[in-house]
Amino acid sequence: MRYLLGLIVGLAALWLLLSGHYSPLFYAFGTGSCLLTAWICWRMRIVDNETVPLHLLAHAPVYIAWLGWEIAKSNGDVARRILSPGRSISPTMTTRRVGPATDLGRTIYANSVTLTPGTVTVGLRDGLAEVHALTDANARDIEEGDMDRRVQAFERRGGVRDDHSHDGG
Amino acid sequence: MTALIDMASWVLLAGGAVFSVIGGIGILRMPDFYTRMHAASITDTAGMALMLAGLMLQAGLTLVTAKLVFIMVFLIITSPTATHALARAALHDGVRPQLDHDRRRHTEIEP
Repeated sequence: MRYLLGLIVGLAALWLLLSGHYSPLFYAFGTGSCLLTAWICWRMRIVDNETVPLHLLAHAPVYIAWLGWEIAKSNGDVARRILSPGRSISPTMTTRRVGPATDLGRTIYANSVTLTPGTVTVGLRDGLAEVHALTDANARDIEEGDMDRRVQAFERRGGVRDDHSHDGG
Repeated sequence: MTALIDMASWVLLAGGAVFSVIGGIGILRMPDFYTRMHAASITDTAGMALMLAGLMLQAGLTLVTAKLVFIMVFLIITSPTATHALARAALHDGVRPQLDHDRRRHTEIEP
């Protein structure tokens, strides 16, 4: 029930900020569309801790700040390599056994890797991530697993929940 | 104060433009499909974030800024998903990466 409630609150906030029209008629439209969307999601049985990760919400800012800093650093690095004359890259592919226990945690990890310039997750299967890196050093960073540990910590602080408990019917 | 915010906004917009151009140069300079994706992700992250931050300063504390924040959040979630899908499709279709080092432990994802 709290996931469904969280979804409705989230949808309502999204609608209020996107609409900008605050009159009774538009409130009615907004309420109607939020409830319809929530009902469709509930009917599809996708309202759970994966689609509405309420448990991660409080700890997200710390992780996002860290990831933002990492992205800024690798942007500088990759930009320098693009502009420097001659070949300054050493494309490498590697695999890493991913630490995060839940599908959501693994997805956050794979997406973070891809979002960071210089590394792209090309495969994620059976807990193994296959990564293409622009340089050998980028690949070593993945193998050392700093980002992996960060995602694990983020996931743990939110309380690992692997149950796919669905709200209602 | 307004002039100061305007100046900061210009710096951010110009920075975003510079990173977008660098990403474009990278797409042209990189040797193969996979390395080009790394160049494109500069435009996706630094270019996008700096541009949107610059626009947020122009808009101030209004609903427009809230919408720009939404655009940023959605791009941060969708762009790596698209990049991943693209890379996986290329690998699946037999586009072989030019590699200096291959430390993969298994090759089941490769065709």
